[in-house]
Amino acid sequence: MKVTIVQFPGTNCEYDTQHAFKELGADIEIVWHKAESLPKDTDLLVVAGGFSYGDYLRSGAIAKFSPVMKAVSAYAKDGGKVLGICNGFQVLTEAGLLPGALKRNDGLHFISKHHTLKVENNDNIFLEKLQKGDVVNIPIAHHDGNYYIDEAGLKELHSNNQILLTYSDAEGNVKNPNGSVESIAGVCNKEKNVFGLMPHPERAMESILGSDDGVKMLQGFLAS
Amino acid sequence: MITAIVNISLKAGVLDSQGKAVHHALDSLHFKGVEDVRVGKQVVLKLSTDDKAEAMSEVEKMCEEILANTVIEDYKIELI
Repeated sequence: MKVTIVQFPGTNCEYDTQHAFKELGADIEIVWHKAESLPKDTDLLVVAGGFSYGDYLRSGAIAKFSPVMKAVSAYAKDGGKVLGICNGFQVLTEAGLLPGALKRNDGLHFISKHHTLKVENNDNIFLEKLQKGDVVNIPIAHHDGNYYIDEAGLKELHSNNQILLTYSDAEGNVKNPNGSVESIAGVCNKEKNVFGLMPHPERAMESILGSDDGVKMLQGFLAS
Repeated sequence: MITAIVNISLKAGVLDSQGKAVHHALDSLHFKGVEDVRVGKQVVLKLSTDDKAEAMSEVEKMCEEILANTVIEDYKIELI
């Protein structure tokens, strides 16, 4: 199992992501954004979190024009599995690989804390090890995590089971930290091979550090 | 040389939390009578062309491709 991690100037979660997938037994390669192709044996491509290009203009807006993004798009359109975490999610929406957009948190503050999330759909490789309605404890750390999608888009997300996770309390009731439409924390594309979420499963790998709920999430990719 | 001024703001109907915060601040500073506040950003471009039609179509393309995220933002272009 080979996990390739894309690194832009300003990415800062690539080594956490590397550590997490290494612990799960994967081989890792970190690819600099100037690369025009991806390792041929890539089984999963991760666009890691951080602040690519200093979040200039909009989060993820400049990164989408990096040379590597052409290869990322081609890989995704070919059915390759892609996971965008935090800034990676923002990059994937900017690049049009995932629907919607992330805007400034409603409270205008950067939020950095553990948050509980409810599994909305598990008919996809990412969350297949979890049950619908399960609650997981995963850190969030973002300023622009307020997911927006128009009504038509939201309808489509519902009808295709594309909503992965929503922000909730420990019992699974809606608890919205940032103003996201329907409290959405993560979505996938219609084909269910491109995934994006604002929370950081790669930071929830050891219970001694607060939570190991990320293990079950990331393991989904390795099983298939 | 043409200067293009691009004003980018969140679409009507997309909640502008910064605008709301500024509105509250104005209110608490006793600036009454403000109905609504929208906060946006401005990009000023100096273009080498003198052809306004060409400038307009180029800047429109820039807005669609990068300057604005048309999922959530609208843009207005002014040429001077």
